[in-house]
Amino acid sequence: MECHECHERPATLHYTQVVNGHKTEVKICEVCAKEKGYMTTYPEEGYSLHNLLTGLFNFDTGHVKTPGSHIQKEHQCPKCGLTFSEFKQIGKFGCGECYHTFSANLNPIFRRVHSGNTEHRGKIPKRKGGSLHLKKQIVIYKAELQELIMNEEFEQAAVIRDKIKELEANINQKEAGDSK
Amino acid sequence: MTLQHFMNEAISPWMREQGPNHDIVLSSRIRLARNFADVPFPIIADQKDLEKIREFFKENYEHSSFEEHQNFEFISIRDLTAIEKSVLVEKHLISPLLAKKEGAAATLISDNEQVSVMINEEDHIRIQIYFPGLQLTKALSKALEFDDWIEEKVNYAFDETRGFLTSCPTNVGTGMRASVMMHLPALAMTKQINRMMPAINQLGLVVRGIYGEGSEALGNIFQISNQITLGKAEEHIIEDLESVVQQLIEHERKARTRILEQSGIELENRIFRSLGVLEYSRIIESKEAARCLSNVRLGIDLGIIKNVSRNILNELMVLTQPGFLQHYAKKTLTSTERDILRASLIRERLQFEE
Ligand SMILES: [Zn+2]
Ligand SMILES: [Zn+2]
Repeated sequence: MECHECHERPATLHYTQVVNGHKTEVKICEVCAKEKGYMTTYPEEGYSLHNLLTGLFNFDTGHVKTPGSHIQKEHQCPKCGLTFSEFKQIGKFGCGECYHTFSANLNPIFRRVHSGNTEHRGKIPKRKGGSLHLKKQIVIYKAELQELIMNEEFEQAAVIRDKIKELEANINQKEAGDSK
Repeated sequence: MTLQHFMNEAISPWMREQGPNHDIVLSSRIRLARNFADVPFPIIADQKDLEKIREFFKENYEHSSFEEHQNFEFISIRDLTAIEKSVLVEKHLISPLLAKKEGAAATLISDNEQVSVMINEEDHIRIQIYFPGLQLTKALSKALEFDDWIEEKVNYAFDETRGFLTSCPTNVGTGMRASVMMHLPALAMTKQINRMMPAINQLGLVVRGIYGEGSEALGNIFQISNQITLGKAEEHIIEDLESVVQQLIEHERKARTRILEQSGIELENRIFRSLGVLEYSRIIESKEAARCLSNVRLGIDLGIIKNVSRNILNELMVLTQPGFLQHYAKKTLTSTERDILRASLIRERLQFEE
């Protein structure tokens, strides 16, 4: 993604600008950001999220952002280029990979926003989660297998072991199919 | 089905059916946020990536059907006039945010207007399903089936631990926002609703007015929705929402009975005066119209007004919004012109009832 101003350097900074109620995304390089003195403003939010995040991160509002030394050292998403401070500023992730990149810093945010929760307990997508369902089943079978072996019920254990093998083959097939 | 069709009727076909608790609950909605795994979210993505997503939806879903939701119309936002955009927003078929987007933003709308998909809004995909009355469970199972149908062709951004990955941290996990639109005139009149709000918030639910700005609920229409999307299964989120809605229904019914018993004549006076204002005004502002429509609808629900249909509230609340009025006039209008046209449309609609 190239800078909107100079069209030369890569855009490493993203701003949301609100002028007379019109919102524009500004994607520029650090050099131009310094020159043009971009102000940081926030996207309009439906309800209390903005306050929530602001309170959480102690944002400094309304300042001219001086992109400098600390930005380069910072965690940056390898896929979309978003840095953690940009995430804090806009309150939005840039891509799915951001969730992994910033993972270590996310639990306090999720806890705050989702009443203490940090892990998904809902739907697993049917197709994509296909092998995930199977993986969960394998964990259950393995525990069962352990118990059967402990109790020396080898005949039954062999049945379970075959089931595990079958599921594992199934997963391999699925995952090979996904990556084609 | 064409864009023109969506534009002409203020009331969506599904709204004509009466759902459970239709005297208080106008509609139930499920919205699911989804993203493509391999494309950055719209806030940061390159225009050409978003354009590919727009194309993908056009190629795969234009004029397709999902069960009773037939013949999806594909509409690119950039092809719409400002007035057309406002009409789709006023009908809740698209969000104000999508309407403001240029570039690759688009929508798919089923011919019964019960299902719409917003493309390249804050997330790549936002699925919306409406049901009349209180039917959250039904809406959820339909939304999840529809989600499976889309997933047949889309590789979703999904993580074992965090669930469905969304641009905003407030949507991650289920990506689901369930909401119920309620007409609560008696709770508003007695100011009980304000006292109940903190308790409802405590349960991870949000109450807000759907028309108008800030805390004011135009037409006494409130939307109750879940705020938490992570760490709770969809079914449990719905259960909690449903139980709060049931309690609100009960309180609203009790408050209506109490007002009727304690000050029946004052209530009757208020309702008939509102009907009079709507029947005879030559100029009416949206706030006054909303207040009168809410009173008239209450009168219908209480059996005080007999020959006017219940849909009058939903229909005229939409029909008298700025976008719709200007669509009707086929030109942009000043606010005074709108107030005049609003009064005339309401008079016409009420005469049509008699
Ligand atoms: Zn530049
Ligand atoms: Zn990223």
